[in-house]
Amino acid sequence: MIVKNLATRIFKPIIPEAEGRNMVIAGLAIVSIILFMAIFADIIAPYNPTKFSGKPLSPPSPSNLMGTDNLGRDVFSRVIHGSRVVLMVVFSASAVSMAIGVPIGLISGYFGGKLDRAISMIMDSMYAFPSLILAIAIAAVLGPSVFNAVIAISVVYVPTYFRMTRGQTLSLKSRLFVEAARASGAGNLRIMRKYIFPNLVTTVIVVFSLSIADAILTEAGLSFLGFIVSAPTPDWGFDLSSGRPYLPSGYWWMITFPGAMVMILALGFALIGEGLSELYAPGRER
Amino acid sequence: MEILRVENLKKYFPVQKSFIEVLLSKELKFIKAVDGVSFGVKKGEILSLVGESGCGKTTVGRLITGLEEPTDGKIYFKGEDVSKLPKDRRKEIYRSIQIIFQDPYASLNPRMKIGEHITDPLLIHDIADNDTARKMAIEMLERVGLVPGEQFFNRLPYQLSGGQRQRVAIARAMVLNPEFIVADEAVSMIDVSLRAAILNLLLSFKEEYNLSMLFITHDLSVAKLVGERIAVMYLGRIVEIGDVDDVIHHPKHPYTAALLSAVPSFDKRDLKVDIRGDVSNPIDLPSGCRYNPRCPFADDKCKESEPELEGDDFHSFACWHPLDIEVE
Repeated sequence: MIVKNLATRIFKPIIPEAEGRNMVIAGLAIVSIILFMAIFADIIAPYNPTKFSGKPLSPPSPSNLMGTDNLGRDVFSRVIHGSRVVLMVVFSASAVSMAIGVPIGLISGYFGGKLDRAISMIMDSMYAFPSLILAIAIAAVLGPSVFNAVIAISVVYVPTYFRMTRGQTLSLKSRLFVEAARASGAGNLRIMRKYIFPNLVTTVIVVFSLSIADAILTEAGLSFLGFIVSAPTPDWGFDLSSGRPYLPSGYWWMITFPGAMVMILALGFALIGEGLSELYAPGRER
Repeated sequence: MEILRVENLKKYFPVQKSFIEVLLSKELKFIKAVDGVSFGVKKGEILSLVGESGCGKTTVGRLITGLEEPTDGKIYFKGEDVSKLPKDRRKEIYRSIQIIFQDPYASLNPRMKIGEHITDPLLIHDIADNDTARKMAIEMLERVGLVPGEQFFNRLPYQLSGGQRQRVAIARAMVLNPEFIVADEAVSMIDVSLRAAILNLLLSFKEEYNLSMLFITHDLSVAKLVGERIAVMYLGRIVEIGDVDDVIHHPKHPYTAALLSAVPSFDKRDLKVDIRGDVSNPIDLPSGCRYNPRCPFADDKCKESEPELEGDDFHSFACWHPLDIEVE
């Protein structure tokens, strides 16, 4: 396979040789192909995704690789353009949750006490909601838009980062090298910044890619329910819902391709996350 | 002149209660890790602190270094009561008291360069700017035997062996130019073949800067090698303290004698002092002398009242029935 060879050639030199390496390479290959698709969508897509470009509801054929939808738009072009919204929403939402969850978890775990209990309680109560339900609730309150979807999804994943960071900080702060730093006079801020945070980074990266995989499904769910984009903007989740009424009549191509893309993208990030967590498994401390 | 004086030092750790015990509002229990310890260390002197694991010797070291707050008692450094000093003055004092930990594998940050472990203390205390700190660190690395220092500076801890790591730990402590070093089992995790080298490195610093040291160890033969004075601890208390040769050759306390008879390398023709059972529970201490349940010489008096440390600077002990033996 060309893709496999290419991926191996590009990514192998930057990934250390260890178990989980192949998973990371496969995941990176998937994600970079889709990223490439999103960036060069205008060049790759054969038709304008919002314009009539073939007989409505025609099955996959050489002129329309994935067929056309009920309005005669090219499904293939919509799938390619649809990657843009997902990636944007999912990346920015995860970045926001990380930027909020990690520092709070670090401070909460490091100082402990009443503050820690209060924050943990709030986070745990958020964690108790199924992620999609909570995202829908927040999106419903804020109203449908890409920006609001980013807020909704980022709120949902803050507790994930918080719990991971707090747990790691709790174990790291009692390690001997932290004691040693304290003995040489380091203050709390310095200990957190130079001694605890650098030891968290690998875990944060793993959680980042795993939570992106999860966030993709949440995004698709929100989009399916119409909380992110409105017609005619292409987005996988949204296209799933517009194709759904036609499925019983046998027009399978309208939902199969966007649905498969959601799955593949989520799989890509999950592979990266799982692979990295193997790569950085305890005992392989570097 | 005494550089460090510890008076009646105590550290109790509360015992975690289970939920049911909280409901029944049982009274809080404490592990008496350090229970009234007093001693002094003179300028340029090494005091070895020996005892079996769990006797509180590490806690004494941590209390002196300021890593732990004492429950009661006083620590005087150069005549000043450390607990009464303002915060910035305390920071200065703790700069002069440095600690070297037992486990060189855990005492270095796995994500920080070797060099940064040594520049960091300098930067924290505003002793040097970045460039000078780097220069000083490289010098110090070479001083502790990690040559070329330039190369070791940029390595990560996992690239070093245990002995090399312990040298880094020593460099980190020494770069602050301390006057007092707490060496907490500093050589017990090092390979026997390297132990002497690390020990000599520590002693060379001691000679060069006229350092005072609290040398915590469970190994009497190491204590004999380095110590000018020795203190034997049992269950949070010092049971015997004095000149190292006198304590080892004329042990007065049955516990010291029992420790000595457990060391294979000492010639112990006349020395057969038994020790019975296990260490008593540090939460519910035995009444009277805390060593009485294990002591072969214990009588009623030992069960009733606890002996105090008596004697002079040269040799003092806490026992109702001191031994009169000689060990070669």
